[in-house]
Amino acid sequence: MKTRDIFQESYTALAANKVRTALTMLGIVIGIGSVIAMVGIGQGAQGSIEANIQSIGSNLITVSSGVQRTTGAAVSGGLGSAQTLTQEDADALKEELTNIKAVSPELSRRYQVTAKGTNTNTQVIGAETGYPTVRNLNIDSGSFLNDEQVKNASKVAVLGPTTRDTLFGEGTDPIGQTIRINGTQFKVIGVTQAKGGSGFTNQDDMIFVPISASQRYLVGLSASGKAYVSSIAVSAENPEVMTEVQNQVTQIMLQRHNMSDIATADFTVQNQSDLVSAASSVTETLTILLASIAGISLLVGGIGIMNMMLTTVTERTREIGLRKAIGATRSDINFQFLTEAIILTFVGGGIGVIFGWAVSLIASNFGITSQIDYTSVLLAFGVSAGIGVIFGYYPARRASRLNPIEALRYE
Amino acid sequence: MIECQNIYKTYVNGDVETKVLKDVSFTIKDGEFVAIMGPSGSGKSTMMHILGALDTPSKGKYILDGQDVSTLTDDELAVIRRQKIGFVFQSFNLLPRATVLRNVALPLVYAGIDNMEREELAKKASLQAGLDESRFYHLSNQLSGGQMQRVAIARALVNNPTLLLADEPTGNLDTKTGDIVLGTFQRLNDQGHTIILITHEPYVARHADRIIQIRDGQILSDEENKDKKIFNSDSDEN
Repeated sequence: MKTRDIFQESYTALAANKVRTALTMLGIVIGIGSVIAMVGIGQGAQGSIEANIQSIGSNLITVSSGVQRTTGAAVSGGLGSAQTLTQEDADALKEELTNIKAVSPELSRRYQVTAKGTNTNTQVIGAETGYPTVRNLNIDSGSFLNDEQVKNASKVAVLGPTTRDTLFGEGTDPIGQTIRINGTQFKVIGVTQAKGGSGFTNQDDMIFVPISASQRYLVGLSASGKAYVSSIAVSAENPEVMTEVQNQVTQIMLQRHNMSDIATADFTVQNQSDLVSAASSVTETLTILLASIAGISLLVGGIGIMNMMLTTVTERTREIGLRKAIGATRSDINFQFLTEAIILTFVGGGIGVIFGWAVSLIASNFGITSQIDYTSVLLAFGVSAGIGVIFGYYPARRASRLNPIEALRYE
Repeated sequence: MIECQNIYKTYVNGDVETKVLKDVSFTIKDGEFVAIMGPSGSGKSTMMHILGALDTPSKGKYILDGQDVSTLTDDELAVIRRQKIGFVFQSFNLLPRATVLRNVALPLVYAGIDNMEREELAKKASLQAGLDESRFYHLSNQLSGGQMQRVAIARALVNNPTLLLADEPTGNLDTKTGDIVLGTFQRLNDQGHTIILITHEPYVARHADRIIQIRDGQILSDEENKDKKIFNSDSDEN
């Protein structure tokens, strides 16, 4: 029997029962479609989280404040909420570290900001001149803070593009205008370039002021009367010296805080790759979870195929008997029924891929990034053809083993 | 040439052994028109299955065209059926929702003959079976009983078999259409086809040249049919 004829016979048989064929195929369409969509959304989440982490700086080591963990029931505050890191720590790091590009102490807090009748609530970051280097930040117009302004605690501010849009309207030039942060007037001297990002990690919705000005006019001093910072970001010269720099940072900080063990210290030192891998492992788990739920629906679709094929074999017993009587061998019948199952899953898989693609496109319209790579499409095709073979095998075998005499008598 | 030598067929169902055929021997020469007759339970159906290479005897030899068929495997039997045997069943067994030509050409699909040649051979066989050309592209379930049986006959002829086996071919037809179908068999026999007709009706058997009567798994009589009934008309009924 020729391959072409096998397809012809299978197609005719499937076309004879269009509704049933379509419904059975739907199971596979939904199965494959949801696998594609779920994996796409999972990978998209992973991609965007990684991109977000990358965009906050390169070769970055971050020192964050935290409550010293002592024996007993001490509660560790959220990162950056405690006041254990001081401006002096940052200055010491600047002096003592080698192999670094810049050190950037930061003091951030949310404030109500107003400008000519508009107002918004946004993150105000006290920064120094090292900030753009450490955080990969570029200036769109005007200039960033300079040493003079930091030294003098000048009341100047650099706006993120989103903040500029909110306060002054899109595309306007706010340089020279004044804004009020928590009641204090600041003069706008620059606007940063958009970096993208969304939600809590939106780096375009920020205002930068000299850290000294923030300490003096906005946040104030710590309970012990010291100028404190929420975190200190250090940018290493290149990826190779990351570990070395991280060790230096830890040593200097431990020494300054009179502590011996990083595990019980009142600060934490993290490097960026730790963050990336932590976030990746979370999203990977999420992707696997989503994909396995979708995989279950694929399995159900496969069982649907098997069910339909078994029904078909029973219904067409006489036809199978006739085909055998006029000279069909076991393998002819076997291939014919297997081909029917594979056509079902393959076509269903194809539609499923398109469907899953569409779902993830729609999802990205709602702000959920998704990302479909060709390996997952190929995999889906492979899996659906495989399901056809696995779930079509038993019914096809049953058909091929029918005794022609009994099959012809079957009522 | 068909030779059956001391054929036995026994079915075993649990502890019960049923001897369906007991030492049956006969020879049918090429071009003969033979009716195998017997009441139900006589073993004539089993005989037909063996002659049609659907089944093998428990003991004895069945030689078709000089080849011993009695010891072949299922798939080898399938090849014999596709090359040498044409079946006509009581209930037609056509593929519904398929055209006349597609039904007729079906055995050629399994013989691996390509599309163009299939259509040619199917048209030829359909004309031979007395089907009108205007019906070639009708769906098989839109035809009358007599026409359906002609399609089945054409399907049996299409691979130019050594042996045409008809199992109660008129059982589902009224007398008039039955007669016409039997006339078709006679005409095919005149053209040189070897035909074996399996029936329980003496009236149907009377159309053959030779009648073999089977009772309880054995041959009761095997003689020439002296008052053969002959039809002249062989027109397509509507």
